[in-house]
This record gives sequence, C-alpha cells and structure tokens, in this order.
Amino acid sequence: MIRLTDIHKSFGPVRANRGASLDVAAGEIHALVGENGAGKSTLMRILSGMFPSDSGTIEVNSKDVTGWHTADAIRAGVGMVHQHFMLVPTLTVTENVTLGAELTRGIQLDRARAHRDVQALVDRTGLKVPVEQRVSELTVGEAQRVEILKTLYRGARVLILDEPTAVLSPPEVNELWRVLRRLREEGGTIVLITHKLDEVMAISDTITAMRQGQTVGRLETSRTSPAEIARLMVGRDVQLAGRAEGKAVSVGSRNGSGLDVRELTVASSRRKNAVDQVSFSIAAGEILGIAGVEGNGQTELIEAIAGLRPISSGSVLLAGRDITRVSVRQRGDLGLSHIPEDRHERGLVLEYSVADNLILGQQHRFTKHWTLDQRRIASHAEGLIRQYDVRPSDPALPARALSGGNQQKIVIAREMGGGGVREFQVLLAAQPTRGVDVGAIEFIHAQLRAARAAGKAILLVSADLNEVLALSDRIAVMYGGKIVTVMSGSEATAEKLGPHMTGAAA
Amino acid sequence: MKTLKLEEALLPPVVALLIALVVGDLLILSFGQSPAAVYRMLLEGTWGNAYGLGQVLYKATTLTFTGLSVALALRAGLFNIGAESQLAAGGFAAALVGLALPAGLPALLVLPLYVAAAGAAGGLVGVVPGALKARFGAHEVITTIMLNFIVLALLNYLISTRFKVHDTLHTAEIKSGAVPRLADFASAFHGSAANVVLVLALIVVALSWWFLFRTRGGFELRAVGLQPHAAEYAGVHVGRVWWTSMALAGAIAGIGGLNYVLGYKRYYEEGFSAGAGFLGIAVALVGRSHPAGIVIAAILFATLSQGGLAVNALVPKQMVDVLQAVVIISMATAVPEIRRALLALRPAPSVKATAATGEAAT
Repeated sequence: MIRLTDIHKSFGPVRANRGASLDVAAGEIHALVGENGAGKSTLMRILSGMFPSDSGTIEVNSKDVTGWHTADAIRAGVGMVHQHFMLVPTLTVTENVTLGAELTRGIQLDRARAHRDVQALVDRTGLKVPVEQRVSELTVGEAQRVEILKTLYRGARVLILDEPTAVLSPPEVNELWRVLRRLREEGGTIVLITHKLDEVMAISDTITAMRQGQTVGRLETSRTSPAEIARLMVGRDVQLAGRAEGKAVSVGSRNGSGLDVRELTVASSRRKNAVDQVSFSIAAGEILGIAGVEGNGQTELIEAIAGLRPISSGSVLLAGRDITRVSVRQRGDLGLSHIPEDRHERGLVLEYSVADNLILGQQHRFTKHWTLDQRRIASHAEGLIRQYDVRPSDPALPARALSGGNQQKIVIAREMGGGGVREFQVLLAAQPTRGVDVGAIEFIHAQLRAARAAGKAILLVSADLNEVLALSDRIAVMYGGKIVTVMSGSEATAEKLGPHMTGAAA
Repeated sequence: MKTLKLEEALLPPVVALLIALVVGDLLILSFGQSPAAVYRMLLEGTWGNAYGLGQVLYKATTLTFTGLSVALALRAGLFNIGAESQLAAGGFAAALVGLALPAGLPALLVLPLYVAAAGAAGGLVGVVPGALKARFGAHEVITTIMLNFIVLALLNYLISTRFKVHDTLHTAEIKSGAVPRLADFASAFHGSAANVVLVLALIVVALSWWFLFRTRGGFELRAVGLQPHAAEYAGVHVGRVWWTSMALAGAIAGIGGLNYVLGYKRYYEEGFSAGAGFLGIAVALVGRSHPAGIVIAAILFATLSQGGLAVNALVPKQMVDVLQAVVIISMATAVPEIRRALLALRPAPSVKATAATGEAAT
C-alpha cells in the first residue's frame, strides 16, 4: 500500500537517508525501528510531504506520489502525529481538532456541529478526552490523544506516530495500544516510529529496521526476537539492559549520608504546588530512581535541589550540610553534580566549543587574574574527550556540531569526570539517556553504576521506566508533586509501579 | 573560542552592501546622474584627501564607541537602543568636569578624569534599563527608548536654563586638558575634526575584545546572551549580568561623547549626538558584534555619512541615509543576532512555564 524505494536525503553535510526503503501493507501496524539519528523521522517526514527527498520514489496505493506536499498527503489520507505537540493551549480540544478545517454556517463557526463531530470521533476511536476542556488543562497523555484526533479528523487512514510513548505512563501506553488496534480493525494502517524493543514486540505486525540512513531489514514480529532486532539496529550484539545485571551489589560505603531532602515544597504558577512536602534521603553508594509520568514535579524537584528554582519551604542537605540557601556555584563546589534533563537548553551552550562546554559551571576554576587559562582548558578538554570517547575529538568544534549522544557525553564527562578539577558527592541525573543512541546508553549506564560503586549518591529521574528499573536500588514514584510510594529495586516491576504513576493506587 | 568562521561572518555584510549598491545605482539614475560619477565623487570626497579622511576618522570614532556599546549588550542578549542618550550624557558630564577644572592642566593628567566622568554618566543611563530588566523583567527595548526621551530632554533643559552661553545652545568652552587633533601632527588634516580620542577608541576596542573572548566575565556574559538557561545552570547570575553589561555598554557609549566635547568643539552642544547612537545599532549589526568588525563597520558608515556631503552637488545627501537604511534592513533580515534579540522577548528564565502541551526534548 505504501512503498518507499531507495530514498536519499541530505541536510548539508548530514546524510539522513541514503538508500532507505519501506513497505507497508494496508491494515497493519508497522514498526519503524532504529537508533537515534538512523533517519526514521526524516523518512516519515518525506512520506508525509513535509519536505521532498533528494532521490527515490514514493508510492501510495500504487500511485507514484514522489515529491508531494503535506496537503496532498492529507488529501490522500496520510497523516503524521509529531513527537512535539503542535496544539494551541488556550483553545479547547474541539477547537484544536477542527483548527484549519473549521465547520462554518454562513460566516459563523458552527460550534454545535464541531462539538458533535469531535465527540462522535472520540466515541468511535476510544480516544477519551474531554472535548470542551482547554488543552492547557489536559495531561500530556490526553494532549497526545488530541494530536491523534486532529489527524484522524482530517480523514487520515494511514497514521504515522513518532515516538508516541515517550511521555506516557504504562497504563496510558496500554490505552494507546488498544486505540491503535481498534484503528487497525477498522482498516486503518499505522506506522510507529520507536526505538523501544518491548513496544515493537507488543504492538507491531511487521518491522522495518534502519541504521545510518539505510534500511537494514524487514521482519515479521511473530518470527523474531528483541535480540535480533537490536542486532539489526546497532549492527552488533548488544547487552540488553537486563534486571539481573542491573542489580549488581553496590560496593560503595553506605554509611556517610549523601543527599537529604526534607519536606521540600516548590510553588508553581498553578494553584497546586509543583513539589509538595517531598522528603527522602539517598545514601552514599545508592541510586534512588524516581519513576513517574512527566510533568508530575520531577523537573521542579531536580531544579530546586540544583538551586535553579526557588524553594517555598523545606530544606536540602548535602553530606549533612544545609545547602537550601546556597548559590548554584557553591553547590557545585560542595560536590553537587547535575546532568540536566534538557542538554540543548541548559546542559550546553551550543555555540560554544566542546572545550568551553567542558568547563561550563566550573569556569571560576579555570580563571587566573580574570582571564581564562586557555592552556589548562585545552588540556582539560583533551583528557576528558579521550576518557569519554567524545567524537569527533576536536575540542574546538562547536557543541552544536556533535550528535546527541556525543553532546550528552560532554555533559557526563563534565559532571562525572571532572578531569581532576573537583570531586562530586551527589549526582542529579535527569533523563541521562534521553535522545541518545543505544551504544551511548550502555556507556552512560556503566558510568552511573561505576559512580555508585565509588560511593556517590545518585538521584535518577527518567521517563524511561526500564532505565529506572535497571539502575535503581530504590524507586520512588512521583505523582502530582508528591512521592506516593517507595519500593526497593528488587521488588519493583512496571506492573507494580504503573498504578501509582497514575495516582490510581493512592 | 571562535563561534563564527570568517567567511560566514563576512557574507551577510557583503551581500547587504551589494544590495545597497544596486539600490544606490537606481536612486542615482532616477536623479539623472551617472552612478560611476557619483561614487567617484563620494570616494574622492572621503578617502581622496586628508581632510575628507580626517572627517571620516572623526565620525568613525564616535560610531566605534556607540557600535561597541550596542554590540556588548547584544552579546549579553540585550538590545541597547539607548546609546544615543548614553552618548549625550557622557559628553555632558565631561563638559561639566571640564568647566570645573582650572585652565591649562595637561591632557594626560586630566584625561582619566574625563573618561571616568563620561563613563560614569553613560553607565548610569545604561544601568537603569538593565536593572529594571533584572528586577522587574521590563523589556530593555522599551525602557532604553523611553530613557532616550527623558535623558535628552533633561540635558536640553539643563543647557537652556543653566549652562548655555548667551544666544547659543552650547556650554562655555573647556579650558583644561585640550586633546590634540591629528592636524597637530600632520598639517594635511587641517580643518578636520579627527583627534586623539581615536586612539582611546582603539584601546577600548582591544579591551572589549579581551574582555569578551578571554575573561571569565566575557565567557559568562556571552553564555547569558546565547542561552540564559545554560548560564544560570553554570552558576551565573543572569540578572546581574544584565545590569552590569548594560552599565558597561552605557559607559562605552558615554566615553564616546569625549570625541565631540573634548576632541572637537571643546564644549557640549545640544543635540551633538545627532543620531550617532542609533547608527551604532547598524554598526554593531554590520560588524557582527565583533570588536574588529565594528571598527570596519564604523569606518564604512562614517564614509557613507561624510560622502553624503561630498556628493550633495549631484544628488541630495539624503540618498546616503537611504543607502544606510538599506544596509541595515538587509542585515537585519540576515543576521542571527537579531533573531536572538527578538527571542529574548520570551519570559526570563526560572519562570519558564511547563505547559501541559509539553515538549519532549530531542
């Protein structure tokens, strides 16, 4: 039904697709898998008409549609749901769904009919959302359903979903699978972009694997295994993050106190507190994982501990010392390291060189008579680039020019390596492997385990539940700004954590 | 350290100039003149003789100061539209100091005093919008524009009520610390206003470069301009950088006032700034906010503005104003700094709202 053949696409020097192809049959759920940067999103954007390919052909329903535009694609029933939501927060669900395809009566909007139509669509698809609610009041999972509704409302029969589960809790993921199966039963076709193997196994009929811009394999889901898919994606055997291996006994001393958080409250712009009376402590040599659906106060919690967000009440202690009122710089000097969740906004100055980014936050340690000591910055960079295998290894390159995985390596090297400049006691690791490839994930996980073994206290926040399960000694679940449960890493499972993540078990 | 390759940095100004050249040709033709003749006259009247060159250097000196002022703020992510009044305030303060000093003191002795006074006055005008932004989030474009009105009106009021010499709009002449003109060293420059403040400008250019690209302060300032959230994460007080960089920008523009008050007329005259502060915005943009680029851009705009007088016989001198405007508009559409400054209209860090429509990081 859909056939892309030998697609090539370059962005400047970056060859995103070089000979990619894809075959999707009508009425199937097709998983498009590959590491970050494998060219999956590019290929799907070409299919949905967002930009043309450099060469290659696209056929839909046996018609050559190469080079078509988004409008043509929508008319032919091909619609894409993007990773970044494109909704107007101040408008209602109905208004968002009908935006750009408004129903009118004369020159007026026909609100009643729009409401009826959208409600009918909700009922038919099972995408449950309150249609008269403003989008700003929805949960992330609901907002995503609105995105899907928007695409279906325009008559899409082929639905392309780009990493749809990144922001969902396990029950919401199951709900999404139910909806997708229902759409398939009605004759719809679904292409799912993902790099999570369990999702691929759970939902897809057929799999296409991509690596470095090329299609490297097409598999029947019922006749393959996660290991085989991973091998296709990476091009070699991969150690899949197994539970047993993740539970290596920590050798670090557990005596000294690492991080203590006492009744921490952080106000938010909404009526509810973003973080509400949260208390926990992490011992030296321990990883405390925070599970939870994004937007339940994890970001605010980390930023408050890091000193980037005002605290309304409560206190933060680092190795027994109260740092609640201490500046960001001093916290760093006292041994607090922080891998921020958004490396593009916070973790890196993208225009700065790799070398300069490797001293970000520690620039005062490289200063002599107000002047930055260029020679020490250079040797510092050289050491860390070698130790952490940052590629390309040119310290003068702007951080922008590096891949996501290598950018994250810069942050990790700076916060965890230190290059002999400083020692850290406590590490805040927020989404440490978000948007990096499988190889880099392995590396980063090994770093975190090594830091635990060396007696560091680590607070890990991740939207990837498997990551939290694989690394944590204890797991706390955050919901609505509170810690609703804590369990030991060995007893925790996705099934046990799931209900807490949605507040259902409260 | 380098953030731009040289050819990347040069391309937009060169394209902007070519566009201006084409528009200039059309304008000249519409006046029934030959472009070649007009451009030749323009060059002869500026670079073709020592007097013209002196005038270009004099104008470029003021523009270097105001251009640097705008550029420094731009590097911190701020749009300083207030160089005009910072320049005037600096010149006024220098005149006050000059009037208070006894006659005949040597320049080398009193020059630091003038620099301090002009810098302090300009810095004071600059720090107000900086502090208002840091404390209340008031947008600096609005506040610097409004402050231009207030400061210029205040200075005019003071001149006309207290300090003016009868029947003029200027103060009495300064008797102390005369700065030599270039004509004192080379008589060919005779009659031109170029003076030794030019050397001061080059010193400030060098210091600005060193500060921006070699010191920790500059490292942190540029980080704030590029990514305030990352700067905050790196332990930088974003608000503090805002107000200090505006104070510094104001001080640099203020010192520029010496070029007219100390180097040329030796008195403060109402309206002496004559748009040099606003033209500094164009200089900073064409110079890509780099100290070396600013010197080149200042010379370019000084040439255009002096050249306007030279070609007045063939075409109206306002044609040159149009050309300057075309250069600015072409640059503004091509330069990333502008887009960044516009993005600064977004709310300040730490009040970043995480909407329910949340963005997944890539």
